[in-house]
Amino acid sequence: MDFYLTEDELELKQMARELADKRIYPRALEMDEEGITPQDLIDECAELGYFGFTVPEEYGGLGMSATAFMGVLEEICAACAGFGIMLSVHNSLTCEILKLYGSEELKKKYLPVMATGEKIGAYCITEPDAGTDVASIKCTAVDKGDHYVLNGTKTFVTNACFAGVFIVFAKTDPEAKHKGISTLVVDAGSEGLSIGQPEKKCGIKASDTREINLNDVKVPKENLIGNLGDGFKMCVGILNSGRIGVSFQAIGIARAALNEAIKYSKERVQFGQAICNFQAIQWKLAEMATRIDAGRLLAYRAAQLKDQGKPCHRESSMAKLFCSQMANYVCNEAVQTHGGYGYIKEYPVERYFRDARVTELYEGTSEAQRMVIARDLLRE
Amino acid sequence: MLEKRHQEYREKIRAFCLEKIEPLAATLDEEQRFHDEHMKPLTEMGLFSCLIPEEYGGQPVDTLSYIIAVEEASRVCGSTGITLAAHNSLGCFPILEFGTEEQRKKYLPRAAKGELIAFGLSEPDAGSDAGGTRTVAIKGNDGWVMNGSKCWITSATKAFATIATARTSEDPADRTITSFILEKDWSGYAVGKKENKLGLRGSDTAFLHFDDLKVPLENQLGEVGEGFKQALITLDGGRISIGAMALGLGQGALDVALKYASERVQFGKPISYNQAIQHRLADMATEIQAARLMIYEAAILKDAGAPFSRQSAMCKLYASEVATRAAASALTVLGSIGYLTGPYPVERMWRDVKLCEIGEGTSEIQRLVIARDLLKTMRTV
Repeated sequence: MDFYLTEDELELKQMARELADKRIYPRALEMDEEGITPQDLIDECAELGYFGFTVPEEYGGLGMSATAFMGVLEEICAACAGFGIMLSVHNSLTCEILKLYGSEELKKKYLPVMATGEKIGAYCITEPDAGTDVASIKCTAVDKGDHYVLNGTKTFVTNACFAGVFIVFAKTDPEAKHKGISTLVVDAGSEGLSIGQPEKKCGIKASDTREINLNDVKVPKENLIGNLGDGFKMCVGILNSGRIGVSFQAIGIARAALNEAIKYSKERVQFGQAICNFQAIQWKLAEMATRIDAGRLLAYRAAQLKDQGKPCHRESSMAKLFCSQMANYVCNEAVQTHGGYGYIKEYPVERYFRDARVTELYEGTSEAQRMVIARDLLRE
Repeated sequence: MLEKRHQEYREKIRAFCLEKIEPLAATLDEEQRFHDEHMKPLTEMGLFSCLIPEEYGGQPVDTLSYIIAVEEASRVCGSTGITLAAHNSLGCFPILEFGTEEQRKKYLPRAAKGELIAFGLSEPDAGSDAGGTRTVAIKGNDGWVMNGSKCWITSATKAFATIATARTSEDPADRTITSFILEKDWSGYAVGKKENKLGLRGSDTAFLHFDDLKVPLENQLGEVGEGFKQALITLDGGRISIGAMALGLGQGALDVALKYASERVQFGKPISYNQAIQHRLADMATEIQAARLMIYEAAILKDAGAPFSRQSAMCKLYASEVATRAAASALTVLGSIGYLTGPYPVERMWRDVKLCEIGEGTSEIQRLVIARDLLKTMRTV
């Protein structure tokens, strides 16, 4: 499974596993129940460079490949998927868009402080009436000479409460559809930017999700990422990154669930023997493990294509579609293997089951992935 | 397929549930609190005495009507659904079926007034393997002395009485099991820790502990050694009600998904215009209807006094898997908003329904029951 990673990358993955096992996993239940992202764990990740994993060294990052980051992300998500998505959004979406499309000034200004974890990124696309249909966003950025004025509402913003940087997609030409969208960097604390209450979610409760409101927020002209009207195009490109990240999140959750199912089935005795002796349970474990491996291969393929700068649209969507469905399947079977114990919070599979669900929803629902894949198939 | 009286009964229960049960459902889940407010209206509606004859103060209906009531309650609140199912099918039924006249007179009128009766079969080390019961009751001159623990007890804190099974031999190798009616007020009877559950958070699930609990002779239920058989007969009926609970939750999820799909606009039109959504809704509705027919068939067989053990396992297996799929599918139709705890109930229903694949025999156990019956009878239809 690890033939996609180099020796150095494997070592980084191993370090991440130790952090995940020793520091993150023991607090995952608390993070889930209280809905918190502990600052001291953020600090520990920052020390290891996890906030600038794929940021080039010249901007203070580790300069590692996306593939290497995925190895680390799987480990973190196996301990706590809610904590993992915070890192994933920060690296794969916010740092990534600045790295790929930001002006030299923007990169110099933001990447070094983001790479240290001093400023965490939030990525703001979705609105109450614009989910899968991204082009229909209503948030506006009006040109006022030397600055833009932003107005609108963004929902499901991950990292909202502690983010230092908000990447906001807004219409600079409300008449145009896709081509009227531009992307701006908004600093936390900007006048008119207000952060809503935390959303109560089914799972990934350790991640912070809120609505944000932009009310006449002034943004300097130089905070435009890429060209005017390129927002949609960039968004589509960056989403590949996000989708690969969610794939590895799903893999991490599924792997953890399988581990628990194996452990439990060996310990649980019914009818005079460990339940792992029953074919009904063995078949489940075999199917779970096979699907996880298949998912991991799909996801690494997509990550590697991305690192090679090759098109990976179809491959990212396939990885995301397969891995998210796989994780839901695996977690459901892990709960089922536990019987009643899988339904209560003392056993972590209850959390994995809730956490896995979101992987089929964000960064494009499974329906949106199928749309992408089908379009790509039909285009050729 | 339903007679007019069953249709009318459903309409009555549906209206009642929308008015009295649904408004609190989200709060109960969120606060993880029992539905005390529902007890009086449910009692008046006769829903705690569905199976109890009038002579014991009940408002009896046939099994099909009772099943419809569980279905409709679960359609808006799974926690209320399971309280009803456990009380009627697992609490009241064994007393009616296996109890003496004195026992019926003593317990059923209270049950009909909405005082809950629980059922204790599972133990930490005896889940699917109910025969592995470790709770033990030893007979003395003036009664039994019981020691042990029972887990996953629905309504454990609230119930005034519990039907519990115990081994009734001092020889650990002897697996003779007997049932007893226990009362909460007796010394030595303790309610343990409340479980923090994935779903059905408004239902009262906890451990029961028996520590030198003295059980009067007259509280033995049925004959010594009949406990395991009684439990299997009881579960045959109980499984229809868990099937009905799954059915209600699946139906409730479909209700929400259909409405949302017609209202949510993306790409300039309601998402219900997309085939991907239409086919999802069609699959949900089709599977739910098939599950409904299986559940009603089992209920009708039970009322007719015909064997229904295989049908009850089949309907529970199928309905719970269908409803789990339907709830997941509904959540998908809603997208990320469906993942939030409110404003839509599908996230709750999705968590609630998972229990239906576990409680009263996991899907694995249902398959075992069905396979055994197939192999024993060699009857394929």
